[in-house]
Amino acid sequence: MATIWFVLVAFMLTAYVVLDGFDLGAGVLHLGIARTDAERRLVLRSIGPVWDGNEVWLLAAGGTLYYAFPVLYASSLSGFYLSINMVLWLLMLRAVGIEFRAHLESKVWWDFFDGAFCLSSALLSLFFGVALGNVIRGVPLRPDGSFFEPLWTDFGVGTENGILDWFTLCCGLLALIALTVHGAAWVALKTEGPVQERARRAATLLFAPLLVLAAFTLFAALWLRPQLLDNYRQHWLWGAIIPIAVAASLLALVVNLRRGRDRAAFLASCVFLIAMLSGVAFALHPRLLPASTLDAYSLTIHNAASGAYSLKYGVYWWSAGMAIAVGYFVFIYWMFRGKARLGPGGHGY
Amino acid sequence: MDSAAFLMHRLHFGFTITFHYLFPQLTMGLAPLIVVLQTLALWRKDPRFAEAARFWAKIFGINFVLGVVTGIPMEFQFGTNWSRFSRLTGGVIGQPLVMEGVFSFFLESAFLGLFLFGEKRLGPKLHCLTAVAVFLGSWLSGYFIVSASAWMQHPVAYERLADGSFQVTSFSGVLLNPWTLVQYAHTMSGAVVTGSFVMAATGAFYLLGGRHERHAPLFVRVGVIAGLVSSLLQIFPTGDLHGRYLAKHQPATIAAMEGLFETRAGAPIVLIGQPDPAKGTIENPIAVNEALSFLIYGTFRAEVKGLDQFPRQDWPDNIPLLFFAYHIMAGLGTLFLLLTAVSAFLLWRGTLYRTKAALWALMLAFPFPYIANTAGWLTAELGRQPWLVYGLLRTEHGWSDSVSSGSTWFTLLGYMGMYAVLAISFVLLVQRVIAEGPSGADQGHPAPAGSAA
Repeated sequence: MATIWFVLVAFMLTAYVVLDGFDLGAGVLHLGIARTDAERRLVLRSIGPVWDGNEVWLLAAGGTLYYAFPVLYASSLSGFYLSINMVLWLLMLRAVGIEFRAHLESKVWWDFFDGAFCLSSALLSLFFGVALGNVIRGVPLRPDGSFFEPLWTDFGVGTENGILDWFTLCCGLLALIALTVHGAAWVALKTEGPVQERARRAATLLFAPLLVLAAFTLFAALWLRPQLLDNYRQHWLWGAIIPIAVAASLLALVVNLRRGRDRAAFLASCVFLIAMLSGVAFALHPRLLPASTLDAYSLTIHNAASGAYSLKYGVYWWSAGMAIAVGYFVFIYWMFRGKARLGPGGHGY
Repeated sequence: MDSAAFLMHRLHFGFTITFHYLFPQLTMGLAPLIVVLQTLALWRKDPRFAEAARFWAKIFGINFVLGVVTGIPMEFQFGTNWSRFSRLTGGVIGQPLVMEGVFSFFLESAFLGLFLFGEKRLGPKLHCLTAVAVFLGSWLSGYFIVSASAWMQHPVAYERLADGSFQVTSFSGVLLNPWTLVQYAHTMSGAVVTGSFVMAATGAFYLLGGRHERHAPLFVRVGVIAGLVSSLLQIFPTGDLHGRYLAKHQPATIAAMEGLFETRAGAPIVLIGQPDPAKGTIENPIAVNEALSFLIYGTFRAEVKGLDQFPRQDWPDNIPLLFFAYHIMAGLGTLFLLLTAVSAFLLWRGTLYRTKAALWALMLAFPFPYIANTAGWLTAELGRQPWLVYGLLRTEHGWSDSVSSGSTWFTLLGYMGMYAVLAISFVLLVQRVIAEGPSGADQGHPAPAGSAA
């Protein structure tokens, strides 16, 4: 039962990264690919009706974590205390940046919120990568299952780590670039004209750094924690699917970017993100948060889960709720199909 | 125990939740009123109703954003600042929190955009449905949050494992906790009081300034009628039932709220005074003899338990603030009923829109429901002390002892700065909407060029 919830939480977080990922990426590129007020409104309209719903996946995943793995929720949120709060501030700044921009007719006001939107999107992408890096590398868990990580120590990877070290920063940078490419592919798909051209160019330009950084981070992770390969060795047939999917999606991404097939490029980017995150989840199972101190202190699906009743009955109502939520998403994305355009009747951005 | 850190974690939660709740109460209070306006627009074919609904949707939209962004930290604060509490109770409290995310946040996020910007594309009937969806989403959200709070007040349907953790034994038991039903009704009618008073105050402001005279009477009328109904429900039956539940299940709390230090038959009700917990007395009391016994038990001679019946370590730890919060809430609640009853009488006589004194009172009254709702939550949360889960888990055993007081200061100051910026932006934007008014350009107050975007 706990494994089912592990998969459900991984599914929600993946959905969050794939969905909110493109609007974060659009935010990173906002100042670069959109120069005039009209172009910036176009970028905002391309994510306008969906970004808020995308972010709900993070909130729902947080709640699900709390419900299914309260020990993990309590330990990781208090352990990453400072960075979690900074992420929350950035989420607030970003939401206000998107929603309040159009309310006043003033260039200074617009520029301020454009800047806030861009900066918060970039830092959030970076921080989410750093967070994943921390989970891969492990945290200094104590025997009682709690820990507290300072923001940084000496940037080296040891047992008493900071949230930021060279490895987690690499993961952060990888996330930043991957989500920027993802966002560029989305903007290219949803817009026309010079914004679309610049988005395509940005995605193409960033592809090489993405490839290099992904390879480097992968080898660094395996060098630091060789046990990440244990599950792949044990279940090699399932394990083989993931690297193949990563390689195939990268290939599809670059080919479709070159040919200007925006929809296929965006889908390839989705598959790439899904495959990378599934790869991490597959390597971690049954661990939820590995300990850098002693592996026995690691939080796993067994020592961090809720009681049997919660896990069993939760699946029913949770599935019902998610089925409805997916229905909303299909409806909203369908309402919003086609290119985003300026002009009356738009979404107020 | 690091008592400095413990205090900071409490202040952190207190500050962020108090600021947060300023916004959802208006969201939940305005949502049904907007549905009423849109329904009237469909039914009566008078463009005033649609214009009024559009105007309130603008304010609703700004307010909603603030509610969402200040709500995000609340969900995570269980883990960041109250990790020992969430570790022990996640299996129970997690349930309403996930349900809120899955059943109401997705609903709201899907339909809010369509509600705010989709009127032309959807047509009036479908657009009215999106308003209903947003209304349902926000009220559902309120239900889940209240049920989490109510479980902490009155834990049901749980068992404790050997490690001290709480586990659900009945899904519906948590969801249909009788305490939840009473607390939810009381909270929601409180939100409608805020929504109605804000609407009536805006109408009164326009009438007193001689502006927007087509819409202003409508705002005053809807505000006064909804305000009267909700103020009445606030006192009876929801407030009254709440008091009886407290007397039955949390007698120490109600004794502290009323400032009753000694057990008495025919207990008096103290209307005003300053409690001194060290001496166990009320300074400068103005009291009504035997009234408390009557309110709780229906007879004047009934015995009401005072704080002397309970060990000192089980007393709420801030009796003066609890006493004042409760008295402010109850006093204001009574005033709301008086004000809306008089206004409704004048409305029925057809003189309200010309009675300056009543309009001034309605206009100046709008901050008070915010104060009353805040005081009500303070009463509930301070009254539950010294417990997090009443009778089972003490507050001092719930906070994140791995997070230092310095880290907590750092983030509390950060939130204060952030919320100052948010508050200023909110006032600025709402002020603009109110200055522009419901009828926009046709009143000789032209909107700035291009603001339609």
